[in-house]
Amino acid sequence: MVSPNQDVAFDNKIEGDIVISRLDAVINWVRSNSMWPMPMGLACCAIELMGTASARFDIARFGAEVMRFSPRQSDCMIVAGTVTYKMAPHVRRIYDQMAEPKWVIAMGACASSGGMYRSYATLQGVDRIVPVDVYVSGCPPRPEALLDALIKLQDKVKRSPSLKNLTA
Amino acid sequence: MSETVADDTTTSLQAKFPSATLRESLDHPAVNVPVGEAVAVLEWLKDEQGYDFLVDVTAVDWAENVSPRFTTVWHLYSTAKHTYIRVAADCADDADPVAPTVTQLWPAADWHERETFDLMGIKFEGHPDLRRILMWDGYPHHPLRKEFPLAGIETELPDIEVAEETEAKVIAAPMMGGPFVASNKGEMNMTDAEPRAKDESWNEKLPKPE
Repeated sequence: MVSPNQDVAFDNKIEGDIVISRLDAVINWVRSNSMWPMPMGLACCAIELMGTASARFDIARFGAEVMRFSPRQSDCMIVAGTVTYKMAPHVRRIYDQMAEPKWVIAMGACASSGGMYRSYATLQGVDRIVPVDVYVSGCPPRPEALLDALIKLQDKVKRSPSLKNLTA
Repeated sequence: MSETVADDTTTSLQAKFPSATLRESLDHPAVNVPVGEAVAVLEWLKDEQGYDFLVDVTAVDWAENVSPRFTTVWHLYSTAKHTYIRVAADCADDADPVAPTVTQLWPAADWHERETFDLMGIKFEGHPDLRRILMWDGYPHHPLRKEFPLAGIETELPDIEVAEETEAKVIAAPMMGGPFVASNKGEMNMTDAEPRAKDESWNEKLPKPE
């Protein structure tokens, strides 16, 4: 992604120390490869989330191993589990406390649509209260599915006009 | 189908409390008692009969137009005899049912009674802290009552700020395709049959009744 631009002349005294790229690409490269998750583990999906973080599946390969239990230090909220109406405002508040830029992965059927909980107590999809970037199917999804969601989210981040968003 | 189960405890209970009657039961000894005597009976069972462990406090809603509508049920277990007993008492008021608390006998009753209050609306007189336990404070309904639809009733979110920000509400859940209830009588091939919602009063074809 980041490659020297052959069209631009450079001073041979500093050759090798300068790489020329687009600012967007640099920002997105940084963002997408150090995506610290906010583990919003609310039900059994959280167990798979832990499995994804552990040695066999090793989410650290994608730079997302630093589970931050403080919303102020995290970039990506992984909503892993059933969101009840009683819990929903807290999920939204934690999302509000996260610093921009921030993303949300709805992990599993419950977080995506309420899943099998068609009842008076369950929020019918976390996208009713927070903007979701990636939905993961499964009940619960396998760790590979969550890793795939993370890769998809990284692709999305890499395509985003970060500089325009920053200066807007 | 009106079997009762009696044992030594129910016999001496009926001798001590003449108003107690045997209650229909297929498993454990069970008695009906007047709601006013419930605490005395439970205390006697605990102190004199060794039923020292309160397993459950719950309630039954018989239906909207049935009187008495609500029955409070206590399940006790004796850790010495390894037997259970069930005590039930009809609540007097059908609209605003009240039952006595047993938190003074078993501290464990505290949260059981809060749950029964939350979901069935039984008020436990003398309870030290009768707040909702599963639904949030201020929720206007008691969801396990018979008139409450499975899907729920549209209400406001518990947090006003978040409700304004997100414009989200507590909505009646779409019933089509769920909850997953399949016939257990064997007339349906389980591999072909899609589990159906029991309550099909509204789904994606039938509009929601007002």
